[in-house]
Amino acid sequence: MEPKEYKSSSIMERRKEVLASLQNFGLKIYEQIDRGYFPSIEMPSRSTENIYYDPKFRQFILGDKRVRRSARNIRHLKPFAQLVWTALFSYELTSQRKTSTLRDVYYSAQAYEMTFKDQQESNNIITDLETVLGFSREDFNIFPEERSAVFGDLTIRYTVPGYEGKTLNLTSHPDGVMIGPALTSAEFVKTSADKVIAIEKGGLFTRFIEENVHKKFNALLVLTAGQAPRATRHFIRRLNRELGLPVYIFTDGDPWGMHIAMVIISGSANAAHLRDLTTPDAKWSGVWATDIVKYKLPTDPLDEIDMKRLYELQKDPRYKEDPLWQREIKTFMKIKRKAEQEAFSRYGLTYIVDEYLPAKLEETK
Amino acid sequence: MAQVTFEEISASDFFYRNRDIAGFTNPTRAIFAAIRELVENSLDAAESLKIPPEIYVRLSFEGEASKETQIYKLRVEDNGCGVPPRHIPSAFGQVLFGSKYKLKQQRGTFGLGGKMAILYGQITTHQPATIISSTGTSHIYMYRLMIDIQRNRPIILDRKVLLNKEGWRGTIVEFSLEGDYLRAMPKILEYFKQTAMVNPYANLTFVDPKGRLYKFTRATTVMPDPPKETLPHPYGVDVELLQRLIQVTPYNNMLEFLKNHFHRVGEVTARKFLEFSGISPSKNPKKLSHEEIVRLMHMLKKFKEFLPPDASCLSPLGEELLRTGVLKELKPEFVAVHQRKPATYAGHPFIVEVAIAYGGEIPQKGGFLIYRFANRIPLLYDEASDVSVKVINDMNWRRYKVTPDMPIAIVVHVCSTKVPYKTVGKEFIADRPEVRREIANGLREVARQLQRFLTRREHVDRERKRLGIFSKYLPRIAEFSTKLAGRDKPPDIEKLLRSVRRFGAEGV
Repeated sequence: MEPKEYKSSSIMERRKEVLASLQNFGLKIYEQIDRGYFPSIEMPSRSTENIYYDPKFRQFILGDKRVRRSARNIRHLKPFAQLVWTALFSYELTSQRKTSTLRDVYYSAQAYEMTFKDQQESNNIITDLETVLGFSREDFNIFPEERSAVFGDLTIRYTVPGYEGKTLNLTSHPDGVMIGPALTSAEFVKTSADKVIAIEKGGLFTRFIEENVHKKFNALLVLTAGQAPRATRHFIRRLNRELGLPVYIFTDGDPWGMHIAMVIISGSANAAHLRDLTTPDAKWSGVWATDIVKYKLPTDPLDEIDMKRLYELQKDPRYKEDPLWQREIKTFMKIKRKAEQEAFSRYGLTYIVDEYLPAKLEETK
Repeated sequence: MAQVTFEEISASDFFYRNRDIAGFTNPTRAIFAAIRELVENSLDAAESLKIPPEIYVRLSFEGEASKETQIYKLRVEDNGCGVPPRHIPSAFGQVLFGSKYKLKQQRGTFGLGGKMAILYGQITTHQPATIISSTGTSHIYMYRLMIDIQRNRPIILDRKVLLNKEGWRGTIVEFSLEGDYLRAMPKILEYFKQTAMVNPYANLTFVDPKGRLYKFTRATTVMPDPPKETLPHPYGVDVELLQRLIQVTPYNNMLEFLKNHFHRVGEVTARKFLEFSGISPSKNPKKLSHEEIVRLMHMLKKFKEFLPPDASCLSPLGEELLRTGVLKELKPEFVAVHQRKPATYAGHPFIVEVAIAYGGEIPQKGGFLIYRFANRIPLLYDEASDVSVKVINDMNWRRYKVTPDMPIAIVVHVCSTKVPYKTVGKEFIADRPEVRREIANGLREVARQLQRFLTRREHVDRERKRLGIFSKYLPRIAEFSTKLAGRDKPPDIEKLLRSVRRFGAEGV
């Protein structure tokens, strides 16, 4: 099955689709056995030689190579059974509107006498199910441990059991609201914001709230807490697509921060089998290598691993989309220095909000 | 001027002075050797009539001899052929007298062992030995005797003749000796176990000084054919043997002498040989000078046209009996046995039999268990020097999928009219190329059989595991997909399982 474009804003609609897809998967296997065949399934191969960058989608996609899993093959038999079990477990989660973590899945299997060797094995099977059905695990109500948050004037309406229909304004808690299963499955009601600012680090996120960035700049603030989890990437995409808000990303001024922005924009190779996780029009607003020079920021030297990473990124197709990336990579290589977001504090705590932020928002508009 | 005296010493005096060479080195070895020699005589005595041996051995404590050694009474009873009454005193009281000077395969060779045991008992305890025997006639004869060591003559202390109402036949030997049973015990028990392995048709009973009973019950009454006596083969003679033959021969010309005293020498071969060696056929053998006898021996060895010795004088165990014995005593999961065709070394015919046993009650001890036998005698000492051990160590076992950590026992049995022992103690076999080759070829054959077994078992295991995986996961797949599809009853997976089984059966 091919990855699905996000068709409906309605969370309920999407759940119906997911359930139908899981049920259909079970039915196909049931019928194969019933007709006396060893059940088998086909899915796109996720091996590295089948991952391509697609300029049209501006993300990695899987090529035409497909793999076949057959219950006739002794080596496929156990993973096959695990896959069908995972589908059943996902179906039960989704239809009962319960959520589960990746760790939960690993343990739940034992109740069905379907043991996984380790967490990695169960994670792989979940990725298989994503690939077969074209939905992401969050659609099956399976979440990783969460740590990212959102703050700003956005009213949402919950769809999770016990909170159905309840609304919440995301300014109601000064620490922000965690982007967990409940928020991920909530519908957007209304917002006065006209942009989204994604921030890599918790310290700066708190500073922005304290400095009323959301009001001053009419923005929703999203904390990615390092590399953005899938649910957060999906959430940012919805803000962009459903509400039409432009997205600006602020990270540390080093190759790793740059890549955090890139994954929000163009996704990762690991998620090449999925859509709806990217926000191609989002902008990386800083901290750039050229900012380090321009603002004369206090810096640390780039170490060997940083340099190696830069050479890798230089060749990455995602970094060839926009000349900005290549320019910044070259500048990093030239100055061999990096700077954290906090480095602006040398000009006073509010300098970043008063001077830097408006300049960069303007520059990357 | 000092006077040098020369005295002739008797055979028993000689062995008294040199008892080490017959295996009576110390109290531990002595008690083991005494039991072993008498048990072997008993086995020979029963086998000569082709009746399954029934041997009872009892060792009882008599008293302390010193701090380390004790006095024991040893009693060995058998159901063998018995000894004719007139031979009893000499047979048990005169060294180098006996039935074992003709050439056929027997356990002992010199008729020495049994008497050595009695002699050893006498010199350590000064007690007479009691011999009771009957050949199955109407009388049983009982002698109490000692050995006159200097004159090598039996001294009869008492003689009784009893009526044999029950038709008993056999021999009972009872005498006291000094020894150290506690030290000897492991070897003695091992000796009985291994003897039971290569004599699976024998019942062996042993009661030790503590009154513990060890019983080794026969697993068959089938016995190997007894060996036939044979003449010496020309390749195997030495000057001593030639001189002895010349002394006793009734023939007065070389042609008849050769034809009648040598194995596989007929008219044609004898004439060819005499021509080859330039000896006149009509020459009287008794007139040969010492130099001529030495030359004759060399010519006999040089002549290429003697037929190889045949193996009718040998009595190998045979593959079936060896298998029975190994199964009985080692209780393995698998055993392969192989008997080589007769071969010769230096004019002596020999046959090698080997067995390899795997699993079951064989312990896993990081190396092979090796059982060595010569003429059905277990060899328990000097394992490292034995030719079989060298062959086993030199073999490339990995070729046969065999590793030393597997529970494996290897049995090597060499039988010959003259086993190539390296020492008089008769505990290990010398490294003769002919013998080595036969053992190696025999082991390769059984190793191949073991490899086939291991491969097949591995295959069966794999197949069983494969079927296990199918019958574990197919029902789960059916169950989960049924629930997922919202159906009531699971699809029939029997057809799929059947097809897997059919497919699997081909592979086994």
